[in-house]
Amino acid sequence: MTCTKIRFILIQNRAGKTRLAKWYMQFDDDEKQKLIEEVHAVVTVRDAKHTNFVEVHSFLLTALACFSLSLFMNFKIIYRRYAGLYFCICVDVTDNNLAYLEGIHNFVEVLNEYFHNVCELDLVFNFYKVYTVVDEMFLAGEIRETSQTKVLKQLLMLQSLE
Amino acid sequence: MSPSVCLQEMIRVIRGARTQGEERGVIQRECAAIRAQFRQADNGGRSHNLAKLLYVHMLGYPAHFGQMECVRLIASSKYSEKRIGYLGAMMLLDEKQDASLLITNSIKNDLSHSSQHVQSLALCTLACMGSAEMCRDLAPEIERLLKASNSYIKKKAALCAVHIVRKIPELGEMFTPSAHSLLSEKNHGVLHGAVILITELCERNPDNLKQFRKSVPELVQIMKNLVTSGYSPEHNVAGISDPFLQVRILRLLRILGRNNDAASDAMNDLLAQVATNTDSSKTAGSAVLYETVLTIMDIRSESGLRVLAVNILGRFLLNNDRNIRYISMTSLQKIVQTDHTAVQRHRGTIVDCLKDQDASVKRYAPSQRWHIDTILHVLVTAGGDVRDETVPNLIQLITAASELHCYTVHKLYRALISDIVQQSLVQVACWCIGEYGDLLLKGECEEITPMQVTEDDVLDALETVLQSHMSTPTSRGFALTAIMKLSTRITNNVDRIRSVVSIYGSCIDVELQQRAVEYNALFKKYDHMRAAVLERMPVIDRNSSGQTNGDPSVEPMKEFNQPKPVQGVLIQEPANQVCDLLDLLGDSNPPLLVTNDHTSTAPNSTNSTSSNVQDNLLDLLGGLEPTPAPSVTVFEKGGLSLKLQCDQQTETSTTVTFTASNSTQSDITGFNLQAAVPKSVQLQMKAPSGDLIPAQGCGTVTQTVLLSYTNKANLKMRVRLSYSSQGTACQDMVQIDSFPSPAWS
Repeated sequence: MTCTKIRFILIQNRAGKTRLAKWYMQFDDDEKQKLIEEVHAVVTVRDAKHTNFVEVHSFLLTALACFSLSLFMNFKIIYRRYAGLYFCICVDVTDNNLAYLEGIHNFVEVLNEYFHNVCELDLVFNFYKVYTVVDEMFLAGEIRETSQTKVLKQLLMLQSLE
Repeated sequence: MSPSVCLQEMIRVIRGARTQGEERGVIQRECAAIRAQFRQADNGGRSHNLAKLLYVHMLGYPAHFGQMECVRLIASSKYSEKRIGYLGAMMLLDEKQDASLLITNSIKNDLSHSSQHVQSLALCTLACMGSAEMCRDLAPEIERLLKASNSYIKKKAALCAVHIVRKIPELGEMFTPSAHSLLSEKNHGVLHGAVILITELCERNPDNLKQFRKSVPELVQIMKNLVTSGYSPEHNVAGISDPFLQVRILRLLRILGRNNDAASDAMNDLLAQVATNTDSSKTAGSAVLYETVLTIMDIRSESGLRVLAVNILGRFLLNNDRNIRYISMTSLQKIVQTDHTAVQRHRGTIVDCLKDQDASVKRYAPSQRWHIDTILHVLVTAGGDVRDETVPNLIQLITAASELHCYTVHKLYRALISDIVQQSLVQVACWCIGEYGDLLLKGECEEITPMQVTEDDVLDALETVLQSHMSTPTSRGFALTAIMKLSTRITNNVDRIRSVVSIYGSCIDVELQQRAVEYNALFKKYDHMRAAVLERMPVIDRNSSGQTNGDPSVEPMKEFNQPKPVQGVLIQEPANQVCDLLDLLGDSNPPLLVTNDHTSTAPNSTNSTSSNVQDNLLDLLGGLEPTPAPSVTVFEKGGLSLKLQCDQQTETSTTVTFTASNSTQSDITGFNLQAAVPKSVQLQMKAPSGDLIPAQGCGTVTQTVLLSYTNKANLKMRVRLSYSSQGTACQDMVQIDSFPSPAWS
């Protein structure tokens, strides 16, 4: 039973602060924390010489014997670094790496348009808006809307409601 | 909700906290205030308070007391409150919490709300954290929404249905008819959702597969439109029309065509078209091509198409982008089991990837053992077609892989006794047995199930090769030499070898005869030298053959495995990049910050906060070119200027480069630099690039100086310049007291 989908999306800065965490699978709070730390550890040691994909066959080395873990034992992280932020998407091993890499870039371009040359502080002070953007573009662990113009139109409309 | 002053203010205060303890204090106070406010009756600031709580939650602090507030806010009639309530629900509530059930009713109401935005909030939340019970309750609503007229809602509903199907597969039947009709939508978003829904339905239930196979022509048509249609600005990514949708459709086609000839036939043309027409210069195109290749290999496609697919992968191997090389290696590895002759063609490039720095690329062409195994496999199955250089190349590879000698010789021996038709295999095997026969006879080998081999067995095998009419003269030569070599490596049957060798002394084949006669002589007259002559061969030097074997002794890159400490990693950006709000979205390469990863951790968090501020103001998409080390002008007079630049600075040494340039009308000749340093510093001057500085800045003279010292504080230098300018000889002195630090200290 292949559950090909996104497990979670993370935006972290180099120091390990989470700017956004969107979970599409059920995790306990401490599992979430462990995952965040593990992703940070794995991704920050990589540099330009590495690919943008990290396959992690036995991700959590802790002794968390939890049912949900066995479901995602075979997954990989697709990440991309923009300035001081790491955008990470955790997907199934059978998923198309390049497509999700493009998906990340699509997402960042929308953020850039929406916040007018986005920088990390924008994401901090407007975190709830960032979640709105995520929810417009990703849903139920899949890429939902890929047209940047459509997403931006929708976001502006939502903004006018506030 | 307009950006609340309270929320922003709180964020500012938290960020201003200088220590972890201070931050905790601030947050505790805020949480207490928020808790008090929640208990109050309806006040206007509820959504602000919840937003503050959510921020605190994102920082990692507990926020469970906000769950009921989320429920209350969702039920509110104001959009701004609903929005925060739903966000809170997605962040704080999950299936395990009881409170999540309480929002089911609200969601149900909101799904039929007049405003599409409210509907979408509800759909989103359900798709994100809907538990099985909630899904069961609300599935009929979703099904109804799939038929709605609003495409915005339809596409969200489609993905919501996907979530429901994943939670409760039995409910899939409810969505099958609607899914089918959604395929005729024009809206890309809806199509995308529909394709994902159908994929999910087919994967869960084989009956659905049969039903949806009828849709293959429709899907093919959609793909054709995408590939051939003109420029569509909305969904265009790097020239490809909606690559995400293409990838998903290809994936669905893969599932439908698997193990089914009729469906596979229907897609053959399309796959060929996509494979040939897609532009792979950017990642988007490569993504589509990659998915196409996977689909071709998985369905019942004709061989021409498969060859096309493997060729695409081969092309990927030569791509500059490391990511693309990586995925092609992984796919080729899977294909090599079934279709290895096609893969063989690309063996050279695979081996080149051994040189790649990234461990994940190396993993797929990493071990010499894999390498040897693969080549052996090729030799066994298609040895007649390999190039002539393969034999010596493989032999050279084997000699270099010293720890694999035992394993290799066992494997080769087994291959030899089963079949001696493939001459190249025979030759390699004979050579190995001759060289490493002692390892073979020892019988134990870690990596392979041990097999008791006696000296007689080995000699039998080699003699079979000698006598077989299938063996070419070359192979016979190999076998005879091998037998001879064994005479020093075995103990009991030396006489047998002696007799074999003497028999062949009168062989018709001149080459064999010569060898035999020589070996005979070695036995008789030069027996004392026999052991030395037949010693183990040294590692053969690599000769330049047409095929470059990757250096087998390259060690896998030691990956930098220590996880960086999370607290306070200090990043020093060059000063001129602070507050640089560059918009470099036009720069399509995602920039990578060139900071040195070997920075030490800063013990106090003040430094980290200030450098974080610098970080944060950096535009995300701002391209950060590594700035060159700043160069300082130390001397300027009459048109001659001397600049100084420091590179490669460590604690005890610096490399300084002097650059002299000339802006006068005439050349400066006889330029000479002399330098003096204090006693505690050692100086080494490299040869200058020349002594003529062309006029008007047409060229420069550079000279490198290496300085080593124990204490950087003492570092000073006095430089004397002597030169001729416009006919007059000049001499100048300049003292340098401080050296600029390079951009990346």
